[in-house]
Amino acid sequence: MSGDQEPRTVPAVPQAEPSVPASRLLMTLAFGGAFAGLLIAYVYEKTLPAIQKYADAKIEGAVNEVLGKPARLETLYLVGDKLSKTPPAGVELREVTKAYVGFDDKGARVGVAVEAAEPGFVDEVRLMVGFDPATSMLTGFSMLGQKETPGLGDKVEKDMTFVGAFRGKVAPLKGTKSTATDASTVQTLTGATISSRTVIQIINHAVALWQPRLQALEKEGVQ
Amino acid sequence: MNAPIPALPPDEPAAAPPPPPQLFLDFWSGIGQNNPVFVQMLGLCPALAVSNSVTNGLAMGVATLFVLVCSSFLISAVRNYIANEVRLCSYILIIATFVTVADMVLAAWFPEISKALGPFIPLIVVNCIILGRAEAFAGKVGPARAVADAIGMGLGFMLALLMVSAFRELLGSGSLLGFNILGPRYEPWVFMVMPPGGFLTLGLIFLFMGWRMDRDARRAKEGKA
Repeated sequence: MSGDQEPRTVPAVPQAEPSVPASRLLMTLAFGGAFAGLLIAYVYEKTLPAIQKYADAKIEGAVNEVLGKPARLETLYLVGDKLSKTPPAGVELREVTKAYVGFDDKGARVGVAVEAAEPGFVDEVRLMVGFDPATSMLTGFSMLGQKETPGLGDKVEKDMTFVGAFRGKVAPLKGTKSTATDASTVQTLTGATISSRTVIQIINHAVALWQPRLQALEKEGVQ
Repeated sequence: MNAPIPALPPDEPAAAPPPPPQLFLDFWSGIGQNNPVFVQMLGLCPALAVSNSVTNGLAMGVATLFVLVCSSFLISAVRNYIANEVRLCSYILIIATFVTVADMVLAAWFPEISKALGPFIPLIVVNCIILGRAEAFAGKVGPARAVADAIGMGLGFMLALLMVSAFRELLGSGSLLGFNILGPRYEPWVFMVMPPGGFLTLGLIFLFMGWRMDRDARRAKEGKA
């Protein structure tokens, strides 16, 4: 700096305002944090049952939708790579992957519903896929969650003709841009090509993944 | 639009014959003259992002109002105990707490709305309106004035969201609050519910506000002359 009048020793830090002891700052934040933690813990406890109830109701609704309101439902639990009719012990049931088997009022199996998810155009697309493991015939799918483009990609959930077209088709499916001609083709949606393909792919993968597991369980049952 | 953005309304009421009470002035300022979105241009991110349907706009408005009122009250009530050095930190702590509460309550009892708003509820934490009012107003005045101001600002924000979202939903989906208004023969202008529609709508509203302010200023000038 030029123009200094006299040499100065180390300049003292200007004490504009009396500094607050660090302990007080700590106390303020610790008290605030404790209050915040308590309030959040309390609200979490109060809201958790309702949040879980909603999640369960949504799964149940989707299962009933894809299996056409079966008279009886049986839940299968995936333990390791094997399906079991009894829930594994010592594990939170919510965390276990499940398959839901639906039976009609005569006791005949109408299909199996499984959850499946894969990345779509925007974010993960989550489906409940219903199919008959013996014939690979689809009983339908229901959207559990998607964030595809409003008005375009979200037609895979909202366009009922598209959703309904899957019922009765036989996996593995193929998508086509023209009218579907055989039992394994589905017409993809204009403006939602990628989202339609995602749905088709999720269903194909889900059937391919679950069919061997279900057949293995059946064989076990026979023996 | 060169509207001044006063952080604090004048402490002494206007000289009009029966001066309206201070609390009312504090309340009214946020709705009109100092509207957070249209005048202060704060909180534009949620105003663009979640205004694609009236339901979403309303829910966002209510959640923000709740957080704004609770945090303004608490900040104002404890303002003398918070050291200046940690004030922003404490404000954010208080705001984040109420946002988390609002997020969990919505997820529990209004799950569909919570799903539709997605990350924008947690993002209320960084909504400039809330920290702005805490820093510029609630941290300096008593709880009554802070709450009056918060209600005004919250309602002003909600009003802005409702205006934008009603316009966008009507044109983009042909409906209002989910009820079909324009009939089955209306081809929805999908563009309006997508992000560009938000910018367009907000721009049009700013244009209208600017034109009105300009006109008012001109008239006031002519009146004086």
